[in-house]
Amino acid sequence: MRLGGLQLKDHWREQQVFTNRLLAAGVVIVLLLMLLVLRLSFLQIVHHDHYRELSKGNRIRIEAVPPTRGLIFDRNGILLAENLPAYQLEMVPEQVEDPDATIESLHELGLVRAEDLPLVLEQVRKRRRFDSIPLRYRLAETEVARFAVQRPHFPGVDIRARLARHYPSGPLAVHAVGYVGAISQEDLRRIDDKAYSGTTHIGKIGIELALEDRLHGNVGHQQVLVNAQGRSLQTVTGVAPQPGQDVYLTLDAGLQDAAERVLAGSRGAAVAIDPHTGGVLALVSAPAYDPNDFGVGLTHSQFGALAGDKDKPLFNRALRGNYPPGSTIKPILALAALHYNTRIAQEELLCPGYFMLPGDDHRYRDWKKEGHGPINLSSSVEQSCDVYFYELALELGIDRMHEFMSWFGLGQPTGVDISGEKSGLMPSREWKRSAFSERSEQVWFPGETLITGIGQGFMLATPLQLAHATAALATRGKRFRPRLVQAIRDPLTGSIVHNPPVPLEPVPVSNPAYWDAVIASMTDVVHGERGTATAIGRGIDYRIAGKTGTAQVFSIGQEDEYDAEEVDERLRHHALFVAFAPVDRPEIALAILIENAGSGASAAAPAARTMLDAWFAGPGEGVVTARGTMP
Amino acid sequence: MIFADGETFRETRPLGVVGRGLRRAHLDGPLLLALVLTAGLGMIVLYSASGQDSGIVLKQSIRFGVSLLALFLVAQVPPHYLRLFAPWAYLGALLLLVGVLVTGDIGKGAQRWLDLGLIRFQPSEIMKLALPLAAAWYLHHRPLPPTLRSVLVLAMFVMVPTVLIGMQPDLGTALLIAASGIIVVLLAGMSARLIAVTSVIGIGAAPVLWMFMKDYQRQRVLTFLNPETDPLGAGYHIIQSNIAIGSGGVFGKGWNNGTQAQLEFLPERSTDFIFAVLGEEFGLLGILVLLGIYLFIIGRGLLIAAQAQNTFSRLLAGAISLTFFVYVFVNAGMVIGLLPVVGVPLPLVSYGGTSMVTLMAGFGILMSIQTNRKLLST
Repeated sequence: MRLGGLQLKDHWREQQVFTNRLLAAGVVIVLLLMLLVLRLSFLQIVHHDHYRELSKGNRIRIEAVPPTRGLIFDRNGILLAENLPAYQLEMVPEQVEDPDATIESLHELGLVRAEDLPLVLEQVRKRRRFDSIPLRYRLAETEVARFAVQRPHFPGVDIRARLARHYPSGPLAVHAVGYVGAISQEDLRRIDDKAYSGTTHIGKIGIELALEDRLHGNVGHQQVLVNAQGRSLQTVTGVAPQPGQDVYLTLDAGLQDAAERVLAGSRGAAVAIDPHTGGVLALVSAPAYDPNDFGVGLTHSQFGALAGDKDKPLFNRALRGNYPPGSTIKPILALAALHYNTRIAQEELLCPGYFMLPGDDHRYRDWKKEGHGPINLSSSVEQSCDVYFYELALELGIDRMHEFMSWFGLGQPTGVDISGEKSGLMPSREWKRSAFSERSEQVWFPGETLITGIGQGFMLATPLQLAHATAALATRGKRFRPRLVQAIRDPLTGSIVHNPPVPLEPVPVSNPAYWDAVIASMTDVVHGERGTATAIGRGIDYRIAGKTGTAQVFSIGQEDEYDAEEVDERLRHHALFVAFAPVDRPEIALAILIENAGSGASAAAPAARTMLDAWFAGPGEGVVTARGTMP
Repeated sequence: MIFADGETFRETRPLGVVGRGLRRAHLDGPLLLALVLTAGLGMIVLYSASGQDSGIVLKQSIRFGVSLLALFLVAQVPPHYLRLFAPWAYLGALLLLVGVLVTGDIGKGAQRWLDLGLIRFQPSEIMKLALPLAAAWYLHHRPLPPTLRSVLVLAMFVMVPTVLIGMQPDLGTALLIAASGIIVVLLAGMSARLIAVTSVIGIGAAPVLWMFMKDYQRQRVLTFLNPETDPLGAGYHIIQSNIAIGSGGVFGKGWNNGTQAQLEFLPERSTDFIFAVLGEEFGLLGILVLLGIYLFIIGRGLLIAAQAQNTFSRLLAGAISLTFFVYVFVNAGMVIGLLPVVGVPLPLVSYGGTSMVTLMAGFGILMSIQTNRKLLST
């Protein structure tokens, strides 16, 4: 070996040290392995009998038994959501000679969907061979029949009935009731998976989501005696699941049905509220969809069609549609002018058909080109004079308008008991300062105050907010949080717990004369001589206080005429109507919006009349209670 | 001087055809055979543990194939290239660990994964090799036994990644990585007195570590000390795995017949607790066979370390072999109730994880060291 002297010394020593250390490590390893073997002998030899007995005791497997989901009723006990046996196709792999070929031929028979194939095949590989594997949920009756004929050719495949969520009226009130769907990864993150063991579906939206905790119930267990391979031999004992609680909604299925019929074929929303409790009597968003489809699992193309539909059936317009409220807010502004003492009800001014700000030649036009002539507070609401309200808004100023309208809940969520609600927009100076980044745009202009006076410009409100504000007019300032849940019933004891109304801060307008003046002017809208909605006041045995609204979707040039025939359908005005009735003893307040339907008087007001008639006809009279599933 | 950092040696016996072929491919026959044997045994147990799921076994064998490829590729890199690459691997792994803390994906409530679009991996896996590489690199040119200064520098090498991984929080991996670094220092000949002093400090630091632990980690330690206090929660693992192993006896209940595993009483039976399935179905004998193969692998690794021709190779080979033992001991110790439940898989047997690739890449390093020794021509 040819190694240098110094290196040799260092190297030799290092090698020695290292080898010693390796030997030490070897000793430690042997000692530790002996420790392992010692412990193993202790477990597997000394205490073997003890552990063998313990493992025999482990022949009992605990299986989860999912609870039955609570039912959902309307205020009169009409069923909106129930659980029905649904037929599903199941296969036990060990009883089938060639599972893959069997699934393939079932697919050819049209009983297993192509898109389910990968999942089904994976299940066959993953699950134990004696477990029953679902091949297809919710078979149609024709499919059940088709399989029944072929059944002798498919040993090990059978049809089983399981409980599945069913909405007997199909799309009725779907935007309020919501639907259940298969538990997703996201759901798994927020739920206790122990409580949901055995449960396959969960509330996704609406009441089904909001009251998931109550509707779901408590999971039960059964102890099952199993053999060494895990095959269930018999059920030993168990804890029965506690069914979910039944929910009674404030909705009136008859009214809901009438409203949906009247909105059928259009895009729009209607919300009706009991002004004395905040109970939502009807909540419609059109078009709707059938929630029963979601329980089965939509195919990609079905969901794509629903989500991509240009009429947006999945969009809850009643809760989430931010619309310019248009003239429907005039009664509230009239009340504001009286409250802040900027106007006297009888004081008259002349409406020439337009309004001009001092030092500006821009003409803020009235909807009536020739003008309304001499007009006061009452007749300006009745005829919906824009010029009167331009002037009124200018006198109030945006700050007071913001304050007063906020008292009616505009520009803030109403706090309804289902989620997803939008808050609309009640503009103010502060809002504009923070909403715009350009300094020049952050200033509030007088012209913006003017158009806010007729519910245009920045201002936005949801149909729910408009119904809520109208209810506050009906009760002369008393406000209640809108809610859908009337009561919750325990199906075991039958005891019912009512959900009390939640009072909100009342509108601080104390002078009853102010309320009288405004409510009288709204009554004139329907029953007066020159009211904008007198057409719906004919042949009626109760009195309605209402207000029409026609909201611009796009702006028209200074000299241009708006001609509904000429503009694109999607750019036509939204039609609105708010109302409460009867005037002297209000039972119901509502707001209706129909997108691109033209004027509020001609499109929305008649729809409101239909709804009110349905309400006053009472439940069960002239109203279909359950429509059955959609064809 | 001809060989600056090595000595020549003479093969004790001539190589056969297979031996020459393996050597040319930079592979070590006995070690490779033992590794394949372990993985094969592992898949037999896995098939039973997964409830006779051939899909899982297939996935595992694909993973083993990838790991073999990693082993082969790493084995082709001569040790002196590894040495050049070592500090950069360490720095890169540190950056990735910081990255995972900042942007990491959340898996099981902990931030361990880095998502690079196509692949998701745990940077701590890279650190498992990068730390011993860097420690061996650092000591390579320095006189041994290491001076106090060197030991302190190496302590920093170990501390930084350990703390970063501990913050993810992944206590098990943090401790294993710390062990791999400490082993290098111990092998380098750190003096007995220094070892004693550090141990005392370490014990003193335990309460501090306790303070930094997450609740579930503390719970695991407490449960380890007394599993019966929490029979349905954390203690459930230990109780059920003890029943599984104890009821297996000497000869076991037979393949696919372990009631604890098949009836799903044993949690995580395909992954961290697969050792209990082996004990239940193949008994003490089955366990002894597996431990025997493990012992052979470790012995072979230590032999390679002893035969290595320079400080870097020696320390690295020794550290990789001993760390492998630590993995085996920690997992087995945890499953049979000797150690607290830390999430450490049984090497080459537990299902899943990127750990198998890292492990086999480590053996690739061993084989590179073994087959790149400079031969004295005969």
